[in-house]
Amino acid sequence: MIPIDLIQSTAVSLMDKAAIEIPDDYLSGLKQAAAVEDGDLSSFVLQAMLENYKAAKEDRRAMCGDTGCPRWYVKMANEATIEGGPVALEAALRRATAQATNGVPLRPNRVHPLWRTDHDNNVGINAPEIEVAFEPDGDWIDLTTVHKGGLFGTDYRMLFPSDGIEGIKRFYLDSLVAFGKRGLSCQPAIIGIGLGGSKDTCMVLGKRAACLRTVGDRNPDSGIAKLEEEFKELGNSIGMGAMGFVGKSMVIDCHIEVGYCHTGGMQMSVHAFCLSSRRACARIHSNGTVDYRTDPQWFTPYQRRETVEWPATQPSRKSA
Amino acid sequence: MAGNAAFKKVRLKTEPSADDLRELAIGDVVYLDGTVYTAREGVYRRVIEEGEPLPLDLPAQSGANFHSSPAATINPEGTFIIRAVTATASFRFSKWIGQWLDKSGAKLILGKGGMSSADYRQHFVPHGAIYLTTVGYGTGALLGRGVSGVKSVHWRDELGLAQAMWVIRVENFGPFIVESDLDGNSLFERENAKIAAGLDKVYEGTRPAVLKRFGETDDRSDEVI
Repeated sequence: MIPIDLIQSTAVSLMDKAAIEIPDDYLSGLKQAAAVEDGDLSSFVLQAMLENYKAAKEDRRAMCGDTGCPRWYVKMANEATIEGGPVALEAALRRATAQATNGVPLRPNRVHPLWRTDHDNNVGINAPEIEVAFEPDGDWIDLTTVHKGGLFGTDYRMLFPSDGIEGIKRFYLDSLVAFGKRGLSCQPAIIGIGLGGSKDTCMVLGKRAACLRTVGDRNPDSGIAKLEEEFKELGNSIGMGAMGFVGKSMVIDCHIEVGYCHTGGMQMSVHAFCLSSRRACARIHSNGTVDYRTDPQWFTPYQRRETVEWPATQPSRKSA
Repeated sequence: MAGNAAFKKVRLKTEPSADDLRELAIGDVVYLDGTVYTAREGVYRRVIEEGEPLPLDLPAQSGANFHSSPAATINPEGTFIIRAVTATASFRFSKWIGQWLDKSGAKLILGKGGMSSADYRQHFVPHGAIYLTTVGYGTGALLGRGVSGVKSVHWRDELGLAQAMWVIRVENFGPFIVESDLDGNSLFERENAKIAAGLDKVYEGTRPAVLKRFGETDDRSDEVI
């Protein structure tokens, strides 16, 4: 049984880490981009960002003043049990969100869409989002918090099989160019693309592709992996860099996730996880140990399964 | 500081003279000293649409309006904690900016992404104001280091922490980049034009979507703001 207090205290630490510490995979990716960037203004911006990450860690202050919309991804291994059950879990995550908002502090971004009511703690109706998934084998839970910006860089479009790869490329470029101007999407970003599913699934998959996979990770489908490489290259050949200045660093990495869709359609979403790609994770074991990391390890073979049955004996593996 | 010796770096007061501003060219890097205040849609609505009087003497107390909400909290005993600050996108405030410059006398608008050069020519140039963009975005921790204190917070109850008017003392607060000059030229639009010239080639081998959208354009020199 995993104690609820441990879940809450771990969640508070995760909120703090996510807001302050840039994940190593993104940092290495940005350093590589900075090393080859030859646009003078874009280079200046990337250097400033590198200094900013350092300042954030040294001072323990949030790396960006817009601390985004904190959300939670919870993965429960099949044998895990939580003290108080799933309702207690949700309460603990809501408490941790409110506590960290005032503690770090974070910007209290969340308001009612119509009445603009602000609880000053990032908690309200349907906020923070808490998404839950399951994994065979194990008695742990994984907590991941993502603080993604919420205004620009994301778009959805209903495409059709006849649009083909040419249509996918067009919408990808349109999204990057439209939101890249003036740096609205806070690039260079990790771009997540959702393909297929239903309209809502497509958005969810794209967002998870951006936020829950690390720089350098490739989809296990070799055809999709090839597209990811190609799209990264394509994004960086637009001629645009940080803040929409002339340059070649738009995309630190591109991740694509797919879901089976209606036979007549090919839904597509594009998401940009910004210069402050904030994510932090921890595995809480039933024996009370907690392991912190920055790779959510969300997309396991089990999450991407396509068969009716999942052999109970097949070990779950981390995505490559 | 980050940097590239190629960029002119300037320390600027938050109540600059016209001469100070004339010295600045788009692309220069600026650090501010003095007092800035946050004001965005909440404050603009209140002052411009609802006619509330300004809660402080502007521009005497500050000539620098920051489009921002700080990552901040107010302690129960009334003290403030600000750790990180970053700007929000300014184009959304276009409909209020002319009247705001009238009422506030602001000479510096600080934000994210700038506004259109049409806004600069119509509103900024007649008021002798320029736009400074934050860098990144966003260098929240670096800007946070430049905050030396909170002077006051206005309309905290009426507007909430994020939309309240935070009056902040700053020292070596930056970096910012000069996005518009006194003639209303825009750095972002200059860069957009350079990039647009190469876009047709990038788009080769792509195809417009089968299902169109109302109002859709293929003119890639267009902007979404």
